[in-house]
Amino acid sequence: MENIVHLFVIVPVIGFLLSLIISESREALLSKVVFYTIGLNLIVSMGFVIYWVADGAKNFNLHDWTVYSEGNFNFFIDFYFDEIAAVYLLVGNIISFMVSVYSRYYMHKESGYKRFFNTILFFYIGYIITVLSGNFETLFIGWEILGISSFLLIAFYRLRYLPVKNALKVFTIYRIGDVGILLAMWMSHHLWHENITFFQLNNYELVNEHLTSKSEIGIFISLMLLVAALAKSAQLPFTAWLPRAMEGPTPSSAIFYGSLSVHIGAFLLMRTFPFWEHQILVRWLIGGMGLLTAVITTMIARVQPTVKGQVAYSSSAQIGIIFIEIAAGFYWMALIHFVGNAFLRTYQLLVSPSVVTYLVREQFYTYEASEIRENPRKRLNRFKSAMYLMAVKEWNLDTFIFKIIFKPLKQLRYFLGFLSLKSIIGILLPLYLAGVYVAYSKAGFLADSKDYLAGIAGLLALMMVMKAYNERSSSRLAWLLLVFAHFFIDLAVTFNDHLDLKEAGIYLSGVALSGILGYWMLYRVRAFEKHRIGLNSFHGLVDKHPISAFVFLLACLGLTGFPITTTFFGEDLILTHIKADQYLLATLVSLTFIILGIAVIRIYTRVFLGSFTKNYQHPTELSI
Amino acid sequence: MELNTIEFDESKSLERLKHFLPGQASLKDFVHHNTLHAFQHDRFYAGLQQASQIFGYTTYLSLDEYRSYYASRKIIPEVLDRVILAYCKKSNPNATAQDPLFHNWKERVLNQEYDIEVRGVIGKGRKIWKDSYGLNMNKVVHPTLFRLLSGFLDQGISLWTFPNNGLPFLEGIKSLEENGLVSFFKSKRSRQLLMETDISIEKLLSLLIANKEWYDDYIFEQQFAHPGWSGFVAVVEKQPSTLLSPRQVSLKELIILELLLEIDAMDHKFGPDWKPWSEMVSTPPEPLFQKTTYSEVHEVLQLWQEAFEWSYFDGVLKGMQGVNPPVTQQKKVSFQGLFCIDDREYSFRRHLENVATDCDTYGTPGYFGVEFYFQPEDGKFHTKACPAPVDPGFLIKEKGRKNGFKKDIHYTKHSHSLFRGWLISNTFGFWSALRLFVNIFKPGISPATAYSFSHMDKHAQLGIEYQGKEEAGLKVGFEVAEMVTRVRNVLKSIGLTENFAPIVYIVGHGGSSVNNPYYAGYDCGACAGRPGAVNARVFSYMANKPEVREKLKEEGITIPESTIFIGAMHDTTRDEIEFYEEDISDSPQALLHEENKPLFHKALSLNAKERSFRFDTVNSQWDQEKIHQEVKKRSVSLFEPRPEWNHTANALCIVGRKGLYKHLYLDKRPFINSYDCSQDPDGKYLMNILSAAVPVCGGINLEYYFSRVDQQKLGAGTKLPHNVVGLFAVANGIDGDLRPGLPSQMVEIHDPVRILFIIEHDPDVVLRVIQSNPSVYEWIANEWVLLTVKNPENGMIYRFREGIFEPYVSLGGELKKVKNEIEIQSAFYKNDPVLITN
Repeated sequence: MENIVHLFVIVPVIGFLLSLIISESREALLSKVVFYTIGLNLIVSMGFVIYWVADGAKNFNLHDWTVYSEGNFNFFIDFYFDEIAAVYLLVGNIISFMVSVYSRYYMHKESGYKRFFNTILFFYIGYIITVLSGNFETLFIGWEILGISSFLLIAFYRLRYLPVKNALKVFTIYRIGDVGILLAMWMSHHLWHENITFFQLNNYELVNEHLTSKSEIGIFISLMLLVAALAKSAQLPFTAWLPRAMEGPTPSSAIFYGSLSVHIGAFLLMRTFPFWEHQILVRWLIGGMGLLTAVITTMIARVQPTVKGQVAYSSSAQIGIIFIEIAAGFYWMALIHFVGNAFLRTYQLLVSPSVVTYLVREQFYTYEASEIRENPRKRLNRFKSAMYLMAVKEWNLDTFIFKIIFKPLKQLRYFLGFLSLKSIIGILLPLYLAGVYVAYSKAGFLADSKDYLAGIAGLLALMMVMKAYNERSSSRLAWLLLVFAHFFIDLAVTFNDHLDLKEAGIYLSGVALSGILGYWMLYRVRAFEKHRIGLNSFHGLVDKHPISAFVFLLACLGLTGFPITTTFFGEDLILTHIKADQYLLATLVSLTFIILGIAVIRIYTRVFLGSFTKNYQHPTELSI
Repeated sequence: MELNTIEFDESKSLERLKHFLPGQASLKDFVHHNTLHAFQHDRFYAGLQQASQIFGYTTYLSLDEYRSYYASRKIIPEVLDRVILAYCKKSNPNATAQDPLFHNWKERVLNQEYDIEVRGVIGKGRKIWKDSYGLNMNKVVHPTLFRLLSGFLDQGISLWTFPNNGLPFLEGIKSLEENGLVSFFKSKRSRQLLMETDISIEKLLSLLIANKEWYDDYIFEQQFAHPGWSGFVAVVEKQPSTLLSPRQVSLKELIILELLLEIDAMDHKFGPDWKPWSEMVSTPPEPLFQKTTYSEVHEVLQLWQEAFEWSYFDGVLKGMQGVNPPVTQQKKVSFQGLFCIDDREYSFRRHLENVATDCDTYGTPGYFGVEFYFQPEDGKFHTKACPAPVDPGFLIKEKGRKNGFKKDIHYTKHSHSLFRGWLISNTFGFWSALRLFVNIFKPGISPATAYSFSHMDKHAQLGIEYQGKEEAGLKVGFEVAEMVTRVRNVLKSIGLTENFAPIVYIVGHGGSSVNNPYYAGYDCGACAGRPGAVNARVFSYMANKPEVREKLKEEGITIPESTIFIGAMHDTTRDEIEFYEEDISDSPQALLHEENKPLFHKALSLNAKERSFRFDTVNSQWDQEKIHQEVKKRSVSLFEPRPEWNHTANALCIVGRKGLYKHLYLDKRPFINSYDCSQDPDGKYLMNILSAAVPVCGGINLEYYFSRVDQQKLGAGTKLPHNVVGLFAVANGIDGDLRPGLPSQMVEIHDPVRILFIIEHDPDVVLRVIQSNPSVYEWIANEWVLLTVKNPENGMIYRFREGIFEPYVSLGGELKKVKNEIEIQSAFYKNDPVLITN
């Protein structure tokens, strides 16, 4: 019976693959596939949960496929089912089902009907994997899918500037969350010396035994999880992405940012609760962040003059309360609150166009002229004005993120300015080969300085991704830098802790494949367009080169360690070669991963999305 | 235009700017207008080209679309030849279809590849910020500007409203800024400038630009970087009543604030010392308003557009040629009906006349000549119930309403506060899942539905009689003399002055929809975007009043005692009708009325079926009753972005007797204003008809035209990602500009052709009439609407061109004849636009 859980993942994967091959023009068939995929899952999951509850609601773990195993590194897919999974599964199924039925008519005739449902199903797969995951590795697969499908849906109107810009912004924040998980995984390898499952976390003795001796490692892991949760659930200081994500068609905003996606941070905390349950400091911190978010975003919600902005901020405030409830250990309360909030916000977003009719009518029948003007100079009123203004400025959350992330990155614009497309091969390749020679040479010279070399290689990798992020003129140069960065990361880890060739191969084969594919696509587009494709502006070439754009997107995913190539667990694997006390190297590598992901998606958006040219020759898409 | 004056004249500059900005009022007051009204003083094609070259608007369909229409014969080859030949004759009066000139043009039209990018001059100047200063000015300034503006104007979305209500915009901003703790500026200078008393646009521009020659274009481009917001501010400035909760704001204040924010952005980036444009820019920015340059692709598109329009019109005129409408027959008429001129009413009338063969229907603007404000019981405001430009002096109040305003917790703002939000999400949150489920699988009317029949309560009383009371400068109700004038004018203009049937229905119309910010655009345009129920009832009351009838008799209109007027309203979305028969329930005609009701219902059901031809998700082969149910469901389904197609396909405005069109099937494309020229030899009533019909129908038609050809800049784009701002407009996402115009879901299948007026009268009389009203004449002379006249004397049709009427001869061939509905349906799918029905 427990094996039915597999079905919840397999069914949407089949549905997704089917939806990919159905032609764009067959709206009815497409929506049917989505209807039956999610509908089947909904019915089976309801039956299953009833059976499971009747059977005593015993938590269970399913250890599945071991993808890779070497020493104590054991990358396996694992599922876990308990009441949290059950509630998230049911709510996810109900909302996804209703929203997909809703969208079936709502999206009718929209250019991108197929793309919409592809992405919804893709998102749905990610959601199901995440909520049913039994270990960090499995969770991370789902988590990554959620991130990329979010990006694709925010940028659904892909030739418009604002959706694309905001999609990139949200992706950036998500990326920070991703690295939180990656670092948590890294540290937990060192803590447990195995790939721990969530099921094992429930074993108090086990957790306690490991944590008492290494409490700082425990705190580090908890903090990384918290960062991931804060980013994904739009808590402070990341909240400002949530309203900006409301660029896609209303149902996609409803399912993602009103309900499912945005509650995944809370899920992560509930899921790992047994781990940090006894870290009092962490509990206070989580509750504190929740409280701070609840208070501040409520203020911001109160001044929002747009419906979607209002729903976004008030939803985020409620999730703040959910964080408090989780931190306090009232997880049933948190679960109920999650369900109510998810349903309410989904509904409010779906009916958001109706507020005009409803509230204008309410205003018509209940309006009262405003009260007597108050003296603005009174101290209390001045304070009120200041608070109002702070709320209008969204407490500078957006500028804060800009200041700590984008600005430092941009200030490095002129760094490595000498590199050009031609010189890159001449400089970086020999450097890399020399590095490889030193790293693998048995001669042992320079052996003492390998630690430094590791640092230098890591630093170089970081420089390269920064340069790529800031590159303005050549898309291919930026791309090559990103590919090389992976190689230098590999080098750094090899210096650090002798990575064998097999491991390097696992990590780099995906990089190389994606690198070549991506370069080829950029080259093709460049050759066709007959002009340079700079990264200083949006080119919106997806319209003209849909296939190249799609292949390039796959290459981007490959290069960022998305679970489509071996690089996905390669990243995880090489991190295990960084020791628990090497925070500096870990920081270098993780920073490189964060920025690399952002830079890759930036290339994709700049080259293929974000603008369109109007002409009198071809009919334009109506949905612009 | 002489625009680049050395001295900067602020008020002149602002006036010019306002003239070009989009003029759309608040959503609740949705009224159609010519989107390019600023170019109307020019000829149509010249205006289109200019708009395209200055503002980068797409003003035609694409060449591919025209050519595919040609391939499918939607554009008729013979018509295209005619159009090209006429074009050639402009340069060579003796040109024939054998000349190389002709073939040359035909080749270009049919096969030449052009890839002309539509790129306006506007916005080029603004690139200077990026190119010379490395600053993305719009990106920095717009979010703050939009947030302050939307916070200030918000009508009731936010819980915490802009403090210090009542002050004008800039004063309000100042008092906010005086809090001493927080500033929305990043540097000091702008803050100081804001506090100064003599702040002016010119002063701020001298800091930013310094070269006076560029001021004018600078603020123009600055405002056109967000035409939605600027246009809305200009509308509120001119017409404050479009916001129920009043706000004082002006375009000038907006510009000042934006300039301050720009200075602030510069100070923040460069410190206090930076150079204005005049010292940084070596080549001056391109002037906005230049002479249009010749463009071959524009000529080609113009020929296509002309051919596209006349491919349809030719068939229509062919159907009308030679027919002499019979003089009013002395047959026994079972009932008569007055309907709105609206294109949606035409198809309903057609079905009604087929179902009830001995009835007679008329078209007249749906406010039925009675202009007033309406105040529903408990309503805090008056709503206009007549065409938007009219300023009525009367008020009609509703008494004894039974179904009042219903509340719905899901829309309550308290769900957005912290503790109540917690409470509501833990309780009603679960309820909302059920609500959603029910609406998805079994949609029904809810408090959020814009339901036409709830505008006025059927069971409530209306205070129509003037009893000496006045409110807010308005007379409450009408006096008898005032009633007489209104009833007489309507009856005379449509030519219904004798042979009254026992019952005359006065049928207003409205629409119902849900989840639709454009709900007001579904209602009656002649009632300022409101359902026309009240007007129908008021008119019937007046015409039933014995004193009024007595006076009318003196003027030669005898309404027999056996005739009764009954108000009604047709819901165009749901195809339902409601009769206001309470007033007459004890009259002898009540029985007749009961007999008529099923006929109306049958006609409505047929109309719903005909509308379903255009609904992809409704199968027109289904059982009629089922189709009607599906059509009704569209109006209450949250997920249906196209409850009805509104004025899609509108293309004609017929002013004449029924004999002109009775035998034709014109789909749902004409507006029809009944008019009997034999009763109006010198065109007095024609004058009234045209001065309303030309701007109203022309406005609807051109708004559909432009929203269709340029979805992105002139239309509102797809409505699926729209976000409602402050209850008065929609935007994309939360940072975007407001989006005026019509959404794709209203216009996507519209054929963008100009409206053709077909008037039945002597051309000389028509010419005199149109020339006597300069604003109407501008529409016609510049060909923003097209005009043909059918002379009832000789049956000839004349086309108005270049100031004169010239005879119009249709292409040869016969119109297709259809016998029944099935044939109509198959012809519809085959794109046969005009048919003869009997």
